Amino acid sequence: MNSTPIIELSGIHKRFPGVYALQDVDFAVNAGQVHALVGENGAGKSTLIKIIAGAYGFDAGTYRIGGEQAHIGGPSESIAKGVVVVYQELELVASLSVAENIFFGRLPARFGRVEWRQLYARAAELLAAVGLDVDPQMKVGYLGIAAQHLVEIARALSHDAQLIVMDEPTSALSPQEIERLLKLIEELKQRGVGIVYVSHKLEEVLRIADQITVLRDGQRVVCSDAKGLDEERLVTLMVGRDVEGSFAVRDATFGSSVLEVEGMSSLAVRDISFSVRAGEIVGFSGLMGAGRTELARALMGVDRRLSGQVRVGGVNLPPSSPVAARRLGLGLVPEDRRESGIFPRRSVCENASIAALEDLSTLGRIRERAERKAVDAWVERLAVRTPNIDQEIAKLSGGNQQKVLLARWLLVANLKVLIVDEPTRGIDVGAKAEIYSLLGELAEGGLGIVVLSSEMAEILGLCDSIHVLRAGRMVASFSREQATAESLLTSALPTSSSPN
Amino acid sequence: MRRFGARLLQNEQAGLLLALVLLCVVISFLNPVFFTALNIKNVLRDASLVAIAGIGMVMVILLGEIDLSVGSTQAVAGIVAVAALNSSESVVVALVAALACGAVIGLLNGLLITKAKINSLIATLGTMAILRGGAMVGTQAVSIQGKVESFVDIGTGYWGPFPIPVLIVFALFALFYYALHHLTFGRYIYAMGGNVEAARLSGLAVDRTKIFVFIIAGVLAALSAFILASRLNSGQPNAGLGFELQVIAAVILGGISLTGGIGTLSGAFIGILILTVLSNGLVLLNVSSFYHDIARGVVIILAVYLDTRRKESLLRRMLGSAQ
Repeated sequence: MNSTPIIELSGIHKRFPGVYALQDVDFAVNAGQVHALVGENGAGKSTLIKIIAGAYGFDAGTYRIGGEQAHIGGPSESIAKGVVVVYQELELVASLSVAENIFFGRLPARFGRVEWRQLYARAAELLAAVGLDVDPQMKVGYLGIAAQHLVEIARALSHDAQLIVMDEPTSALSPQEIERLLKLIEELKQRGVGIVYVSHKLEEVLRIADQITVLRDGQRVVCSDAKGLDEERLVTLMVGRDVEGSFAVRDATFGSSVLEVEGMSSLAVRDISFSVRAGEIVGFSGLMGAGRTELARALMGVDRRLSGQVRVGGVNLPPSSPVAARRLGLGLVPEDRRESGIFPRRSVCENASIAALEDLSTLGRIRERAERKAVDAWVERLAVRTPNIDQEIAKLSGGNQQKVLLARWLLVANLKVLIVDEPTRGIDVGAKAEIYSLLGELAEGGLGIVVLSSEMAEILGLCDSIHVLRAGRMVASFSREQATAESLLTSALPTSSSPN
Repeated sequence: MRRFGARLLQNEQAGLLLALVLLCVVISFLNPVFFTALNIKNVLRDASLVAIAGIGMVMVILLGEIDLSVGSTQAVAGIVAVAALNSSESVVVALVAALACGAVIGLLNGLLITKAKINSLIATLGTMAILRGGAMVGTQAVSIQGKVESFVDIGTGYWGPFPIPVLIVFALFALFYYALHHLTFGRYIYAMGGNVEAARLSGLAVDRTKIFVFIIAGVLAALSAFILASRLNSGQPNAGLGFELQVIAAVILGGISLTGGIGTLSGAFIGILILTVLSNGLVLLNVSSFYHDIARGVVIILAVYLDTRRKESLLRRMLGSAQ
C-alpha cells in the first residue's frame, strides 16, 4: 500500500455550544483502502464526515490531504482536492438529466453554449465505470434510489475523487442493489480510490472494510484491522461503558393504565400497540429514521392515524385532533424545539401558559394574575434560569427552553400522559441531569410518561419498559431488567436482508 | 443626536409616532389650514374606512396570512347593503345584510385556506376577482342609489362634535385591543403567527381560529363598505378598487410584519394615520393627485427599509453580547 495516506486527521477537536462533538480524534485513509466508521447516533460520525468534507472547521488538530496541510474553507475546496462525500440524503436535482447532474455546475461549454454531445459522451463513460446502464439524457427523478446513488458516485468520480465518503449508502437499497454497490466499492478499491464507509449495518461493514474506527461520545474508541472484529465485539465497543448513575432509582408501583394504544398506524408507523400506566415511564428506542418522532406525532393526532385506537384515561381519541388530545390529558414536547416547540418572539410566560389557557381563563378572558402565578410556580420548581417570566424565550439556553416546554404541559390541570421526544437533545450536561430527575419525580407523582430517544443511556436509565422501533414498526420490547444497551442496539440495527 | 436617533430606531412605535408628529408639523407649517378642527375631523373620517378594515387585516397578517379580497368585499357588501335598504327601507336590515355578506365571504376565504389548503395570497386573489366580477354582473356595472334618507347619516353624521365613523373606529379599536392583549383569542393569534407548527403541537385549534379571524376580517371589511355606501348613498361596483393595497400598506407601515406574529394594533393605527395625513397634506399643498400614489409608495418602502435595518442592528447587538 501507498505510504502516504490520502487523508490524515489527527488530534481533531470540535466543540458546538454546549456539546463537545469530537475529542482528540485521529482518522486516516490510505489509497485503495475501505475505512469504516461506526458508532451510535450522536457519537460524532456526522461531525467527522463534515470536517472531512470541509463543511465544518475544527477547533484543534491537523488535517492533511495527500500529506499536505489542508486549509479548507468550504466543501468546494475539498472536492477540488479529490475528497468527495456522498450524503445519505442525495443531492441530486430530480428535474435535470443524469448527465447534467453528474457535471452540475461544470457543464462543458464553449462561449456559453453547452457542448451537449461532449457532456453526454463523458457522462456515459462515468456511468459505465459505476456499472449503471441508463441513458445520460434521462431525468434523475425517474431513477430509483439505488440508481441515484450510483449517479452520485459517478459524480464523485467525475471530480477525479481520490477519496469517497459514503454516508449510510445502503440504507434504502434492496439486497441485490447492495450487492452491486459493494462490488463497485471493490472495483474502486482496485483503482486506488480510498473509501470511508459509514453504516449501521455491521454485517456489511465487516464484509467490506479493511479498517474500522469506532466512535463513541465524540471519542475514538478503537481503530483496528477489520479482521480482528466481529459483530458482537463492535456492538460492545459502540455502546461502551455502563450507563452512568445519573438516574435515581424510582418507586416502581404503577397505577391503572392511562394510555392504551392498539394497532395504531399512520403513514410513517405501522401497527403500534403498547400501554402506559400511571407512574410508569415507557421508552422508545431506535436509530435515526426509525419513526420515533412520527410515532409521537401520530399519538398526538398531529399526523392522522389511519387505523387503530388510542385511549387516554379510557377515552378514545379522534384520529387527527391535537385539540382533543390536549383536552383529554395528552401532551407532547417535540424533538425540534426551534421548529415546532417554542414561539420565539413571545415571553417565557406566554410560551408556558399557551396549552393551559383554557384552564386559566374565564369566557375567553385570561386571568392574568392566576396565569403569572401558575407560571412563576413552575418556573421556580423547574429552576428555569431566566431574569423574569417576561423574557423572550429565544434568549434562553436550550436546556431552559426545554424546561419551559415541559412547564407548558405541566400547567395543564388534567395532564395524564406526557410524551417527550428526545428530552435532552442539544442540552448541556447539567440541564440533562435536571430533566432526568424531573421526569422521575413526575412519574412518581402519578403521570404516565413516554420517552422517545436515540440515546441509549437515557432510555436505559429512565424507563420502566422499553420498546424498540425499526422502520416504523415495534420490533422488540424489554422490561427494565431485561434491557441492555447491547440488546437494544442489536434489535435496532437493520439486518442486511431487510432494507433499513 | 445620533444616540437619540439610534434609540428611536429601536423603539418602532416611538419612531412611527415621531414620524407622524413631524409630518403634521411640516404640513401645518406649509399650510395652517391643516391644523383646524374641520380638517382634523376630515383626516380622521378619511382614516376610518382604512382603520376598520385594517383591524381585520392586522389579525390576518399577524397569523402570517393575507387577505386581498377586502376591496372587492367593499363593493359587494356595499351593493348588498343598499339593495337590502331599498327593499326593506330599514337601515338596520341593511347593516345586518352587509355584515352577513362579509361573514360569508370571510368564511369562504377561511375554508379555502384551512380546509382546501390554498395559500392565502392565491385564495384571496381568487375571491377578490370573483367578488369584483360578481359585483359587476349583479349590478350590470351601474351603481344603485339609496332610497332611505336616514341612511347617509351614518357615514356623514356627527354625534356631538365627532363624526360617527370615527366613533365606531374608537369603539372597535378598544374592543380589539382588549381582545388581542387580554383574551385567549389574541394569544392564539400571536402564537400561531409566531410558529404555527408549535401551535398545532400544543393542541391549539389552529384551523378554527384561522377561519374565525377571516370571518372577522370579512365582517369588518363589510362594515367599512356599509359606511362608504352610506357616505355615497349608493352601492357601487367600482367601490374599493385598490382598497386592499391601501389597507395592507398602512398596517405594514405600522409595523405589522408579513412573516406573522409581530406588530401591534396601536402601531398599525399610527401607520394608517401617517398615510392619511400624508394624502391630506398633499391635497392641502395642491399637489396633483397623481403624485399621491408615488409619495405613498416611497413612504412604505422607506418604512420597511428602516424596519429591516432596525432588526439587523438589534440582531447584531444580540449576537455581539452572546459572544
